[in-house]
Amino acid sequence: MSETENVVVTLNVNGETHTVLAPPYETLLETLRERLDLTGTKHGCELGECSACMVLMDGEPVLSCLTLSLEAQGHALTTIEGVAKNGVLTPLQQAYIESGASQCGYCTPAMVLSAQTLLDKNPSPTRQEIRDAIAGNLCRCTGYVQIVDAVELAAKRMRESVEDRVRRET
Amino acid sequence: MSEMRIVGKPRTKIDAVSKVTGAAKYGDDMMLPRMAYGKLLRSTQPHAYIRRIDVSRARALPGVLDVITGKDLPIHYGVLPNNQDETALAMDRVRYIGEPVAAVAALDERTAERACDLIEVEYEPIKPLLTMEDALAPNAGRIHDWTRTPNAHKIVSLEFGDVEAAFGRADLVREDTFLYEGNSHVPLETHAVVAKFEGGHLTLWSGTQVPHYVQRALAQVLNIPHGHVRVILPAIGGGFGGKSEPLSFEFCASELSRRTGRPVKIVLTREEQFYTHRGRHPAKMWMKTGVKRDGELTGLAVKIFLDGGAFSSFGIASTYYTGALTPITYKVPAYKFDGVRVFTNKPPCGPKRGHGGPQPRFGFEIQLDKLAEDLGMDPIALRRRNLVEPYSTTVNSLRITSCGLSECIAQVEKGSGWQERRGKMPPGKGLGFAASAYLSGTGTTMWHPDLPHSGAHVQIDRGGAITVFCGSAEIGQGSDHLLAALVAEELGVYPEDVRVVAGDTGITPVDLGSYSSRVTFMSGNATLKATGELKAKLLEAASRVLETAPEELEFGDYEIHDRNDHANSIKLVDAIVRAEAQFGTLGATGSYSPPRLGGNYRGSVIGTSPAYSFTACVAQVDVDADTGEVRVEKLWVAHDCGRALNPTLVHGQIQGCAYMGVGEALMETQQIDGRGLHMSPSLLEYHLPTSIETPEIETILVQAIDPEGPYGAKEAGEGPQNPIVPAITNAVYQATGVRFDETPLSADKVYRALHKKKGQRETTLTIPEFRFPEPERPTPREYYGDCS
Repeated sequence: MSETENVVVTLNVNGETHTVLAPPYETLLETLRERLDLTGTKHGCELGECSACMVLMDGEPVLSCLTLSLEAQGHALTTIEGVAKNGVLTPLQQAYIESGASQCGYCTPAMVLSAQTLLDKNPSPTRQEIRDAIAGNLCRCTGYVQIVDAVELAAKRMRESVEDRVRRET
Repeated sequence: MSEMRIVGKPRTKIDAVSKVTGAAKYGDDMMLPRMAYGKLLRSTQPHAYIRRIDVSRARALPGVLDVITGKDLPIHYGVLPNNQDETALAMDRVRYIGEPVAAVAALDERTAERACDLIEVEYEPIKPLLTMEDALAPNAGRIHDWTRTPNAHKIVSLEFGDVEAAFGRADLVREDTFLYEGNSHVPLETHAVVAKFEGGHLTLWSGTQVPHYVQRALAQVLNIPHGHVRVILPAIGGGFGGKSEPLSFEFCASELSRRTGRPVKIVLTREEQFYTHRGRHPAKMWMKTGVKRDGELTGLAVKIFLDGGAFSSFGIASTYYTGALTPITYKVPAYKFDGVRVFTNKPPCGPKRGHGGPQPRFGFEIQLDKLAEDLGMDPIALRRRNLVEPYSTTVNSLRITSCGLSECIAQVEKGSGWQERRGKMPPGKGLGFAASAYLSGTGTTMWHPDLPHSGAHVQIDRGGAITVFCGSAEIGQGSDHLLAALVAEELGVYPEDVRVVAGDTGITPVDLGSYSSRVTFMSGNATLKATGELKAKLLEAASRVLETAPEELEFGDYEIHDRNDHANSIKLVDAIVRAEAQFGTLGATGSYSPPRLGGNYRGSVIGTSPAYSFTACVAQVDVDADTGEVRVEKLWVAHDCGRALNPTLVHGQIQGCAYMGVGEALMETQQIDGRGLHMSPSLLEYHLPTSIETPEIETILVQAIDPEGPYGAKEAGEGPQNPIVPAITNAVYQATGVRFDETPLSADKVYRALHKKKGQRETTLTIPEFRFPEPERPTPREYYGDCS
C-alpha cells in the first residue's frame, strides 16, 4: 500500500492562521474537526447531502465535506466558532435561542451560517425566501418553523437597529 | 399555588447557547489522548452461515491494533429481557445485509477501513426470506430456531367483547386492507461512541436514548460488574427512537478498548445508520368496523402484520402497541386484535416516534373517513359521535384520565375553516382530518416492574448552587431544561441557576431513558418529589427566622416570604444556610413509579400509561394532476399536552412531529430490494422533507391539566405525529376522489392512480395468509365506570 506524502496546508480560519501537515486528499471538514479542534462544524453524511458541514469561504457558504483543505488555502474561512465575537451572540444567534430553533442542535451551526449569508444579502426576507435559502440544510427536529421564526425575528431586529443608527446619526 | 413564574412561560432552553455557538460536544466531537478508531465489517449476505473468517491480513496491516469477531463477544443481549437474541458480532450465521461481522481498531479511521477490506469471510448462503409472505409460507426455513411458528416472532390474539355480535348490530360494516411502509429515523447525527476501558472499569460516551439499558447490556456482554460500567451521554444529535436500545458498536468499541488499552471511537457512516435501522415497522393491516346509521361505532376488528426484520428489538412491545393504542380516541364497545411480528432477512425494525401508533391509526382514521362518506356524515361529526370521555376506561382496560380531545377537534375544525371550506375548494385541493392519542410514558417496565421508572436527586450547597441529578436522556427535546424549570419554579429561582447533571449512569439515579414520551411526566415527577423534601426543610428553617408557620410561607424571587406579608422575608441563600445548619447537608432523592395499571390479560400492561395526550389534525393539500405531486399546503395540529411547561418547546415538538409525518406520508420508505439490499441508504436517495416541502404548520396547545402529571403536564414529543399521515391521506381523497390506502403518496403512485385507464386492474393490497390462534377473551377491568 502506498502512502501519499503529506503536504503543508495553511488556512485562515476565523481570522487565525493555522498551518498543518495533511494528506492532499484531506477534506476541509476533516482538517477543521480533527486537526484544528473546530468541532462545531458537523458531519451528517460526508457526501454533500445534508449541509451540516457548511462553513463560509469568503462569506459564501461551502460544504466542507466536499472541499479539499488545499482548495481552501488563501480564503477567509468562517466556522460557527467565529460567529459570536467576544462571547456576544449575533442577533441571529440570539433570535435562534429565543425562538427554540435548536432542538438537538446538530444542524444548527451550519443553519446559522446559511441563514446569516441570506441576511447579509437580504435584510428583509419573506418567510418563503428564508425557506428557499435554507433548503439545502436538513433539519430533522424542528419542522423548520422555529428556524424560520428565528431568521425573521433576527432580520426585524437588525433592520430596527440600522434604522435606530440612521435616526441617531441624521 | 401562587402565580407561576417559570412554568407555562416561553423560555430559552438552558443549553441553547451551546448549540448556536458550536460549543456543544457530541459523540464524534470527543477527542481523547491516544484514542484509536474502530470500524465494523458488515455482512454482504442477507442470510448465510459463516463458514470461515480470516482476519490475519487485516491484523498484519500497519496501524491496526486489534480485530475482533463474533467469538470474542459471544454473550447474547437484547433490550427486552425475554428476547436476548443478538450478539455484538454475528457468531456463525448472518441474518441481514449490514449485520456486523467483525470490528477493527486502528490508529486512524482510514486504516481501520482498509483493514475491514482485508478480512476474508466465507459465507454459505441460505435462502433469504425478504417478505412476510415468504417468511410465513408453510415450507419456509427459520431465521431464528426458537420461534414456535416459523418466523412468527410474536403472536397476539385478543378479543374484548363480542365482535361478531357487534358487527351484527351494525347498520354498516366496512372491511379494508392497508399498507403502511416502513421508514427510518434519520437523526442528523449518526451513531457515535467513545469507549475507555481503564483499570477494569469501562466508561462509554454514547449518544443513546437509554443509558441505563446500555449500561446493563455492557456489563452482561463484557462480563464485568454492573458498577464497573459508566455510560455518559454527550450532546445527542436527535434520536426519534433509533438510539433506544443497546447496539453492536457500543460493545465493539468497549471490547476493542479493553484489548488495546486505548480509548476507541466508532462513528457510523450514514449508510451504516440506514442498515442499523430499528425504524418503523412496515405494516400490512386488515380492518373491519361496524357503525350504526347515526354513526355510533359498534365494533372493530383488526389484523396487523409487522415486518420485523432480522432481530427482536422491542418487537414484543411493538406488536402489543399496534393493538393497544387504537381504541383510546373513540368508544369502541367491542374490539378484536390479531397481531403478528414476522422475522425477515432485513435490517431490524424497532421503535420510531409514536411506536406502534401510526400504522393502525393510519388504517383506522381512513376507514372512519370512508364510513363517514358511506353514512353521508361529516368525518368530524362521526368522530364526535364516538369521542372517548375523560376519566373513563377503554374496552381494552386502559385508564383514561385528563382528555382534551374534544377541544383539540374543535380547534382544528375552527382554525382550518373546515365547515366553510371543505368540499368547496378548487379542483386538486382538499382538507382531511384525523385524531389520535398517545402515552405519557409506558406504565410498565420489562426488567424490574416493581422498581421506580425514574429517580432524581437534588442537592443545594451553602452558597445557593442547586444541582439536579437524573439519569434522563437529553436528545434535543429539552428534558434537561424541563427538569431545571421545575426545580426553579419550586424554589423561586430561574432555570439558568439550576445545573442539570443528566444521563450519566456513574452518578445519576436510574431513569429509564427517552422513549415512550416518558421524561416530562416521570423524571419531572421524580424531580418534584426530591425538590419537595428540600422545600420543606427550607421552609422550616425560614419559619424560625421569620417567626411564621411554614404553611404561611412561600417561595418568591430568590426569597422565602410570608404569603400575607411579602416584606416579612428571608433571602433564599440565607434560608439555605440556616437549613444546612439545622438539618445538615441539603440533598434529597425522589422517585416515580406509575400506578399499577392494566387489564386482566397477558400483555395488558403494554399500552398503559399514567396519562394520555390527544391530538387532532386537519391537513390541506394540493395535488398536481399532471405530475402526481402532492403538496401539503398547511397543517393545523391541536395537541392536548396537559400543562405546557414551556410552550416554546411544546410547539417545537408538535412541529417536529408534523414534519416527520409529512415525510412518512409523502416520501420516506426504507425499501429493501430482492437481494436484501437497501435501495436508498443515503440522504440523496432516502428523501426527507426540506424546508421547501415542509408545509406551514399551525400548532394549537390544548391544556387539559392532568391530575398526576408534573404541574399537570403530559407529553408532546411523539403523540402529535400519529394523526398527520391519515389526515394528509384523507385530504388527498378530498382533492382527487381517489383513495390511497397505503403510504407513501409518492408522485408516481399518485400519478398512476389518477390516470388509471378505465377497466385497468387496481392494485389490490393484501395481507399474508396466516392462521391466528383462538383469541384470549379477558374480563374487563374498569377504572372510572363503564365507557362502553
